[in-house]
Amino acid sequence: MIRVCLAAVLAVVLSLPARAVEIQEVTSPGGITAWLVEEHSIPFAAIELRFRGGASLDTPGKRGAVNLMMGLLEEGAADMDAQEFLVAREELAADYGFDASNDTVSVSARFLTENRAASVDLLRKALTEPRFDPTALERVRGQVQSIIADNAKDPRHIANATFDRMAFGDHPYGSSLNGTAASVAALDRDDIMAAHKAALARDRVYVGVVGDITAEELGPLLDRLLGGLPAEGAPMPKEAPWMLEGGETVVPFATPQSVAVFGHRGMREDDPDFFAAYILNHILGGGGFGSRLMAEVREKRGLTYGVYSYLAPMDHAELIMGQVASANATVGEAVEVIRAEWRKLARDGITAAELDEAKTYLTGAFPLRFDGNSTIARILAGMQITGRPIDYIDTRNDRIEAVTLDEINRVAGELLDPEALHFVIVGEPEGMGAGN
Amino acid sequence: MTLRKLLGVLAVALHAAPAAHAAENVTTFTLDNGLEAVVIEDHRAPVVVHMLWYKVGSADETAGKSGIAHYLEHLLFKGTDDMAPGEFSATVKANGGSDNAFTSYDYTGYFQRVAADRLGLMMRMEADRMRDLVLTEEDAATELNVIIEERNQRVENNPGALFSEQRMAAAYLNHPYGRPVIGWRHEMESLTREDALAFYRRYYAPNNAILVVAGDVDPAEVQALAEEHYGPLEPTPGLGPRVRPSEPPQRAERRITYADPRVAQPYVIRSYLVPERNPGDQREAAALTLLAELLGGSGLTSALGHELQIEEKLAVQTSAFYGATSYDPPGFGIYVVPAEGVTLEEAEEAMDRVLAGFLEEGVDAAQLERIKTQLRASLIYALDSLQGQARRYGEALTSGLTVADVEAWPEVLQSVTAEEIVAVGRKYLDRRRAVTGRLVDGDGTAPAPEGAAPVDPQSTEVTQ
Repeated sequence: MIRVCLAAVLAVVLSLPARAVEIQEVTSPGGITAWLVEEHSIPFAAIELRFRGGASLDTPGKRGAVNLMMGLLEEGAADMDAQEFLVAREELAADYGFDASNDTVSVSARFLTENRAASVDLLRKALTEPRFDPTALERVRGQVQSIIADNAKDPRHIANATFDRMAFGDHPYGSSLNGTAASVAALDRDDIMAAHKAALARDRVYVGVVGDITAEELGPLLDRLLGGLPAEGAPMPKEAPWMLEGGETVVPFATPQSVAVFGHRGMREDDPDFFAAYILNHILGGGGFGSRLMAEVREKRGLTYGVYSYLAPMDHAELIMGQVASANATVGEAVEVIRAEWRKLARDGITAAELDEAKTYLTGAFPLRFDGNSTIARILAGMQITGRPIDYIDTRNDRIEAVTLDEINRVAGELLDPEALHFVIVGEPEGMGAGN
Repeated sequence: MTLRKLLGVLAVALHAAPAAHAAENVTTFTLDNGLEAVVIEDHRAPVVVHMLWYKVGSADETAGKSGIAHYLEHLLFKGTDDMAPGEFSATVKANGGSDNAFTSYDYTGYFQRVAADRLGLMMRMEADRMRDLVLTEEDAATELNVIIEERNQRVENNPGALFSEQRMAAAYLNHPYGRPVIGWRHEMESLTREDALAFYRRYYAPNNAILVVAGDVDPAEVQALAEEHYGPLEPTPGLGPRVRPSEPPQRAERRITYADPRVAQPYVIRSYLVPERNPGDQREAAALTLLAELLGGSGLTSALGHELQIEEKLAVQTSAFYGATSYDPPGFGIYVVPAEGVTLEEAEEAMDRVLAGFLEEGVDAAQLERIKTQLRASLIYALDSLQGQARRYGEALTSGLTVADVEAWPEVLQSVTAEEIVAVGRKYLDRRRAVTGRLVDGDGTAPAPEGAAPVDPQSTEVTQ
């Protein structure tokens, strides 16, 4: 019997007003680390795997390979074809989700305690022994092509794709991770196997586990699940260039309501000013009702159903972005109002009352995030991949509280640049020409 | 808020203790003014979900006023005699909570998710806006623009959603499910503040509402808080049973084609009119639920997925869907998204072939057993979501069902036999009682060329 080398170095009990989230760090005999929260009241567990690198590991000309590979993991593994694999999963009543984003690929699973061993074994086969059968490849390729065709006629997608292409050019961030119809058509089984080796490796995996499982049980499970993956994957993608200047780009598209995405460069998550920027964005357009953009564009003027902004600190670039949709006749006014709010906030900053309100909300809402095993497992994996310490949950609200009005207003002036703000508008906006 | 104590509240000093139920940690009680309440205990975290559901939705609107239920839902955030516009959500936020609302055919719901010790505050505010809404002309006019932009975003900009509206309109000749929840645009444009207030005064009342509280709470304390905040509210007198125009027998097969140049992926979709879950009578609905799973629930292992995606390779996607929880008869839908080079004619023909084969050959016992296994597991997984549990009760109770029906449902599903499933299939899957729709690329003037995930009409729920 393999003795569990239970490192459980840190066991932090958090004194939140919400669920006591006691995170244990578990290191398997084989050296794989996971963060675990035991929750034995419901007989199932959720596990979240995040692999750094993601779809940006697509090599030139092979855009879409990582995404297609992830879509094929549940389409046949080891001695099972796609249908046999699905039957086996259904018999266990386990759920597996496979997803690709530009910075990570992720695997989300949940399984009943009574079926734990078999459920983990089946997932192991999907991760380490996928078959990439030609018939499955053609079937999933067809699904991806259908999505690509659909996206090409979706104003929201066109707006985002145009913005990304203009901002990041040939870097993977500059194109959809789905690939193009041509690049996906050209992918063969070797490309998929190469993407598998590149993206799913032990040197880049972060693991969060929550539910009805103990640290002693988790150690060997990690080795069974992930031990068969290669030790190292492909080198990480390069930094993305920033190529977009301020202005407006109109993409003509016959539809009644224009969709606009807007943004400029943002801030890295490890920047000492990140918390100030985070609060600032909450007040600008991150907080839904009551945020400045919602108040001005929706509540006062009725120009839209929704407008929002967000910070996007990615691994190889950082943005502050936003989105709005408004009828073709009024989208020009919406764009004006947003730019004016951007300018006003950069110049005048926020008020002490706004800061107090934002802090009250952000610190009060934080504990409510820890809602459900799958959600907490995702948070644990996310904390690790963004380099948060294991006691982060306990200190996060203090970091929010520590931000001062002066800091935020300095960051507002540094971060928000109305001249650099670029809008991509898809539709038939009145009074706005095509081109730049 | 003006507190108008009801005589009844004072007279009846003794309130029945909350009644315990067999399933989970569920208790119920009813206030003297008619407000029904369900409490679901979950003590894993000191969080509570407070939901107030009104037994009124778009299908209860007067003809010509489509969209008023949803418009009113938006206006409920505008203020009361005690709260300024926006103050409701601002107060929830200041307490670290989140809130929103939703409208469907059969219900309108409002919810907040907050720390459990703020439940009383949520109830005070929700009770306040049940009876004391204050609306200015200006706020009402601005919000009308917002819902029109919402319609633009959800419907006008989305050919699949426009198609779905047309299919629902074709499916219901007489019943108001034929009108979209968000409203027909031309009728939305003429909705007024007075329309909204008239609807509000009639339907927003304790005797037309269901309170659902889920989380780290004690049922007796919830009842005490409910007595304090909701107890004094006056019911609407003479609110009779919900009677809506019903469908005449369908005698002719209905077929529609919607062409839109924004369509990238054509598909064929059919919806049959079928029964819903009814109080004490859920067997046919359970059989239909399992039928949808067997035909198209799980992709590749279901009949449509196996035949059309794996064997014949005619489709990129197939599915079957059925929403059993509905006040009046819903649709049972199936769709096929054809693979490249496959026409919609061929896709529909293949769909009919699979259906006929299924009804002829019967149910694969192993597949049925797997589906039942997953349904049992879903009961365990469902315990992980407070919101999900609260919604399950709210939806059922506003669709004419009882707590006993909710608790019996899993067992009814498990007890359905293969024979019952085939029987409901033979009884209801008849093209003469269905609408078959095709969504195609084009401008609708020329013959449609051959041909987005289809929009499930039963999921038409719009939020604030």
